[in-house]
Amino acid sequence: MKFRIYRYDPEKDAKPYYQDYDVALAPTDRMLLDALMRLKAQDDSLAFRRSCREGVCGSDAMNINGKNGLACITNLKDVKEPVELRPLPGLPVVRDLIVDMSPFFKQYHSIKPYLVNDTPPPEKERLQSPEDREELNGLYECILCACCTTACPSFWWNPDKFVGPAGLLNAYRFIADSRDQDLEARLDNLDDPYRLFRCYTIMNCTDVCPKGLNPALAIGKIKGLMVKRAV
Amino acid sequence: MSLEGRSVAAAASLPMRRFDAVIVGAGGAGMRASLQLAEAGLSVAVLSKVFPTRSHTVAAQGGIGASLGNMSEDHWLWHMYDTVKGSDWLGDQDAIEYMCRQAPRVVYELEHFGMPFDRNADGTIYQRPFGGHSANFGDKPVQRACAAADRTGHAMLHTLYQRNVRARTQFFVEWMALDLVRNADGEVLGVVAYEMETGDVWILQSKVTVLATGGAGRIFAASTNAFINTGDGLGMVARAGIPLEDMEFWQFHPTGVAGAGVLITEGVRGEGGILLNANGERFMERYAPNLKDLASRDVVSRSMDQEIKEGRGVGEHKDHLLLKLDHLGPEVIMKRLPSIREIAIKFANVDPIREPIPVVPTIHYQMGGIPTNIHGQVVVPRDGHHNTPVPGLYAVGECACVSVHGANRLGTNSLLDLLVFGHSAGGHIVAQNYPAQAHRDLPRDAGDAPRARLARLDAATSGESVPEIANTLRKVMQSHCGVFRNQELLAEGVSKVMAIAEQVAHTAIKDKSKVFNTARVEALELDNLIETAKATVVSAEARHESRGAQARSDYPERNDADWLKHTLWYRDGNRLDYKPVNLKPISVDSFPPKARTY
Ligand SMILES: Cc1cc2nc3c(=O)[nH]c(=O)nc-3n(C[C@H](O)[C@H](O)[C@H](O)COP(=O)(O)OP(=O)(O)OC[C@H]3O[C@@H](n4cnc5c(N)ncnc54)[C@H](O)[C@@H]3O)c2cc1C
Ligand code: SF4
Ligand code: SF4
Ligand code: FES
Repeated sequence: MKFRIYRYDPEKDAKPYYQDYDVALAPTDRMLLDALMRLKAQDDSLAFRRSCREGVCGSDAMNINGKNGLACITNLKDVKEPVELRPLPGLPVVRDLIVDMSPFFKQYHSIKPYLVNDTPPPEKERLQSPEDREELNGLYECILCACCTTACPSFWWNPDKFVGPAGLLNAYRFIADSRDQDLEARLDNLDDPYRLFRCYTIMNCTDVCPKGLNPALAIGKIKGLMVKRAV
Repeated sequence: MSLEGRSVAAAASLPMRRFDAVIVGAGGAGMRASLQLAEAGLSVAVLSKVFPTRSHTVAAQGGIGASLGNMSEDHWLWHMYDTVKGSDWLGDQDAIEYMCRQAPRVVYELEHFGMPFDRNADGTIYQRPFGGHSANFGDKPVQRACAAADRTGHAMLHTLYQRNVRARTQFFVEWMALDLVRNADGEVLGVVAYEMETGDVWILQSKVTVLATGGAGRIFAASTNAFINTGDGLGMVARAGIPLEDMEFWQFHPTGVAGAGVLITEGVRGEGGILLNANGERFMERYAPNLKDLASRDVVSRSMDQEIKEGRGVGEHKDHLLLKLDHLGPEVIMKRLPSIREIAIKFANVDPIREPIPVVPTIHYQMGGIPTNIHGQVVVPRDGHHNTPVPGLYAVGECACVSVHGANRLGTNSLLDLLVFGHSAGGHIVAQNYPAQAHRDLPRDAGDAPRARLARLDAATSGESVPEIANTLRKVMQSHCGVFRNQELLAEGVSKVMAIAEQVAHTAIKDKSKVFNTARVEALELDNLIETAKATVVSAEARHESRGAQARSDYPERNDADWLKHTLWYRDGNRLDYKPVNLKPISVDSFPPKARTY
């Protein structure tokens, strides 16, 4: 199978380049990550992140034939040859397919990604109705892979100011939690021309999320709350 | 107050930073412990090879065991009984009592941290049935597994990370610990660590070090474990002269996706899924008339292996079995097992709403590990005492052996183990008041050994290929240390693994870059895989009985007279030692060994 892969090692390359590979696959190789592991056995200098190999850890997000996705759950049957692999767009490249994720995590951290509830907890669990719990579905499953945020043009232009779809989806995860008591502060934190309102509903994020989540919908809900609060 | 200014260790001439505590590992266990230390104001560095939420706790699906009694009556003593029985009596009953009594408390606490558990109509935490968990000392299955759909580990790991963000825990992401620093008195003074992005090697000096490096399932070819599960903590202690306990006991999970290894949670059978052979027979009714498909894992895996051996396997090669769940109906599947459906579609090409999933017993969990007590202190035999703490060293989570899982772990008891012993180790460390104590001097040779390993790799221009050796090792372990074992297989396995160990010392990598050199990381991991594999196969060969996950066709019975004891493997000389099992609980009567039926 043929690949065309973005290569860059700052220690020896003046600038990035593409390298062509042809690799013989075994019949058991099902996913793109299987092929990458085979490539790496052939050329150990090819650098990429991976861990769980089942789409739950978020390590191996990359740009696959122009679209962000996870290598470990991208079926080789579904990709056109030569498979062009690039690092996630919009983040500084550390080496090859490895990007510096810190701008992404900085935005995640900026939304206070933890439950705030200052009433002393009961001896047992805090109660939550199944309906209230249902509100968290489609939100708590985010694996912080950054596929969405690095597909968002607004984030490319303002990575330091726009929270981005993953951060906003997670902000809404806490806003939507019936146990959280920090609604007003959470909205204040986002009530800013950049942090939230740079989202122009382009929908790239929802399009690429490998977990089938819908950040654009969550963002719409936050905007709705802002409007409600304003009137 | 933090004392982490950059300075250079006079003796070692490596850059150095200082902390009260260094925790190696940001999975569930490491982050439960770090939370407590950070909240108590200690300066803590938490190292992880991957961003914390990418640790393999994220993959846990089914649930956390705790006798909350939300679904029907339950009692911690029943949980304790199930755990002792599940362990085939090799678990230490003081530790098991401690864990089962603490279980409700740590689960409630996790809920208070924000864990999105599924809920019952009355607002309490939803609990599902799981293998080996029963009411009233084996009477009937009980719903004890606290669950967030089939993403319990994901929900738990993210919740713990979030809580650590709140506590401002300091993470060192993509830092790999290479070795412990120990002085002549055996005190542990920190770790030597490798920063992946820069290729720099540091000494992180600490007053206390906690190992929470998780499992090592990557010593086997077919495994539910992540690529990063390479037994680094085990390699580190083995090289520091500390023994590993009960390493022959590896759990085969009954339901890994055939060919792919990806796990299908026992929660599927908890929700009503059943195993079928080629004749469409629900064969577990024959092996475990009472709990059937929900018997403990070692029993189900062995039964499956037996079915395959006797020619009732499914598929072209009759090499797997089927997990049927379509009768649960789409609604239950979509609500309680959404990720399982995703996995089945992606990795097995079947939609479980309509078709059964091809499954096969797959390596999943190490019951053994670094010997500890219930405070998480690492303990070794010394001066006639079996369990003397190693000053300055703790271990928690899957890399540790307390031992609560004995010869076979019950499902849901690992996530519980992380919470309970992460919490107890954290509490014990806080009580030592480390901030008031001074750092000890580093030995002159601190960091020399790992630096020599790196220097050898940098200098080697030709040698063995790391992925090839690792793959050979995995194949040998799979075929010589599998579900069924015997003397001939194991003895051959020992000599093959020892031969591979020779090759490991002669690897070479082509990539010499300092920047994010993943080839170098894999070579360093191989040093840990090999120690783990040696410990496993040597311990397994020596144990002449069948108990829990160790099933020997040449010694088919459990032999309490000779073998009711823990194995200790030492790297030096490949030596074995043994220590007694603690059959005495803290406050209740002992559960004496008896025959194990389900
Ligand atoms: C697929 C699957 C499903 C499971 N389901 C369940 C379940 O439903 N219920 C249950 O109770 N148990 C379950 N288990 C078992 C349980 O999930 C694990 O035993 C447990 O999560 C291990 O947690 P840990 O914190 O010990 O290690 P991990 O979560 O594996 O974390 C290890 C950490 O150590 C770090 N690390 C390792 N080596 C180094 C090094 N050299 N330097 C720096 N950092 C290092 C890693 O980066 C990581 O942060 C499951 C296991 C698997 C594989
Ligand atoms: S919908 Fe908003 S967040 Fe999503 S890609 Fe478009 S602009 Fe970005
Ligand atoms: S919302 Fe989806 S794409 Fe974005 S970080 Fe989360 S899981 Fe990844
Ligand atoms: S390797 Fe974990 S998401 Fe792909």
